[in-house]
Amino acid sequence: MSAEPIPLNELNERAKRCRRSIVDMVHKAGAGHPGGSLSAIDLLVGLYSTQMSVSPDDANNADRDRFVMSKGHASPAVYSILHEMGFLAKSDLDGFRTMGSVCQGHVDMKWTNGVDFSAGSLGMGLSFGLGCAFAARLNEQDFHTWVMIGDGETQEGQIWEAFMAASYHDIQNLHVIVDRNRIQNDDFVDVQMEIGDIASKISSFGWSVKEIDGHDMEHVVDALSWAANTPGPNAIVAHTVKGKGVSFMEDNPSFHGKAPTDEELSQALEELA
Amino acid sequence: MSAPSTGGASRDGYGAALLDIASDPRVVVLEADLGKSTKSCLFREEYPERTISLGIAEQNMMLVAAGLASCGKVPFASTFAIFSERAFEQVRNGIARPGLTVHICGSHGGIHTGTDGSSAQSIEDLALYRTIPGMTVMHPCDDLSARHLTAALLTHDSPSYTRTARNKTPRMYDDETVNSLEIGKGSVLRSGSNVAIIANGVMVHKAMSAAEELSTRGIDATVVDMHTLKPLDTELLDRLAIECSGIVTVEDHSVIAGLGSSVAEHLSQTNPTKIKMLGVQDHFGESGGSEELLEKVGLTREAIIAASESLV
Repeated sequence: MSAEPIPLNELNERAKRCRRSIVDMVHKAGAGHPGGSLSAIDLLVGLYSTQMSVSPDDANNADRDRFVMSKGHASPAVYSILHEMGFLAKSDLDGFRTMGSVCQGHVDMKWTNGVDFSAGSLGMGLSFGLGCAFAARLNEQDFHTWVMIGDGETQEGQIWEAFMAASYHDIQNLHVIVDRNRIQNDDFVDVQMEIGDIASKISSFGWSVKEIDGHDMEHVVDALSWAANTPGPNAIVAHTVKGKGVSFMEDNPSFHGKAPTDEELSQALEELA
Repeated sequence: MSAPSTGGASRDGYGAALLDIASDPRVVVLEADLGKSTKSCLFREEYPERTISLGIAEQNMMLVAAGLASCGKVPFASTFAIFSERAFEQVRNGIARPGLTVHICGSHGGIHTGTDGSSAQSIEDLALYRTIPGMTVMHPCDDLSARHLTAALLTHDSPSYTRTARNKTPRMYDDETVNSLEIGKGSVLRSGSNVAIIANGVMVHKAMSAAEELSTRGIDATVVDMHTLKPLDTELLDRLAIECSGIVTVEDHSVIAGLGSSVAEHLSQTNPTKIKMLGVQDHFGESGGSEELLEKVGLTREAIIAASESLV
């Protein structure tokens, strides 16, 4: 965590660099998930820049904060912020999805320094984060566990098992960020199976909940601070735009899991200049 | 070997083992409502602060265990064998794939479970878990061995699945002999060169009983308690294949992908041997008494004798 607050414009610049990394690595790999990475990245930049106590020089420190990326297909977002934080080199990002690369298709704690969870199958990350928070309580450690889930992911029943267990056990220092980008693999969430007022649903499971615009960095930073300082398990429902920052990817279900062509990459990088 | 005595069920051994290793503060016990059945309740009574109740929610339990393991804890998570299967993909992707040391115990395995009927009688759990890379899979035969092998998991650095049984079976070990058991090493209960009977779980005592009868008929049988399915004691299998004229496998589990298959998979490539596989054929169980059910599916002392005789 930085001693001096980082100005918002610097955070926004960092997010822009991450967006460029995201489209670039997905283009290089010819595969990956740009849409949900671009919707999540402002939140990750805010989180790593203002809350996460982690260091690439001591990546396995037992007292470090944990980040659990449950929507593991948004791996380009994670790799781009880990690159910004000094955990990954540019050459690591360039190897995304290639054989032997530390940047696996879905985030994987076994492969990547700085990754705390092996994702790829939706619905599991919150339970894992809950386990980390239980360990912190048992070990009398005060680290925080942050879990990002997707909105489509809340269709998985296990997510609600975990929400229920966390409040029942009065778990502390466990925070969920919902990337409410309204699009899942096949189509818009409200076409596949609408989840409705997710903030009310989470709140009814005994959690404190705040709703924000997930692309307004000031709101993001304030909400993260609120979460870190609010007792009991709490959640931020961040309303986001899938593909945010690249005009032809925004709100476009086809860019959930598709790489841009050469021309599309040029246009995307131009828009993100 | 002393004469078999009646002890507890192997699930009682699991519960006792949790208390044996409780002095290690890393040990955490997770329950999904069935602590009284799996016997993790014994740990809960003594160490409530290290027992986590997660309700009837097995999928969540498996990943909570994974999270705990990632932070240095040694979680023991138990439920019925059959309900652990509900969280199979959680075990595969959330525990085994990142190589997190979580120990799962599935109690009430096999048709031996009895009157609850087919919904509770897991006959495929061992097959499922042994397909997962890096997973240790065990099925002890009595309470003492279940206790010893469960306690040994404390220093076992890979995820594991252990099936225990609901009902009591005769003890195959005593307080001294049980100490020779090692995870991954088959236990030779009796040596003979005519035929080898390899069994696990509740079928081990029937294998011993069959071997005693066989000896009166002039057939010397080796009996192995193959408590660990994975890693399989292939060294022992190769030796038995050379020494004996055939092998009989006996398991309260589907014949598909269980103990018999494990033995055949190995020996077919190293020392092709005649093998008779006794187990549950490709069908579900039903309600009934343990012995009635075993008899119905052909898992009897007489069936083991007949299979052994056919090989010599």
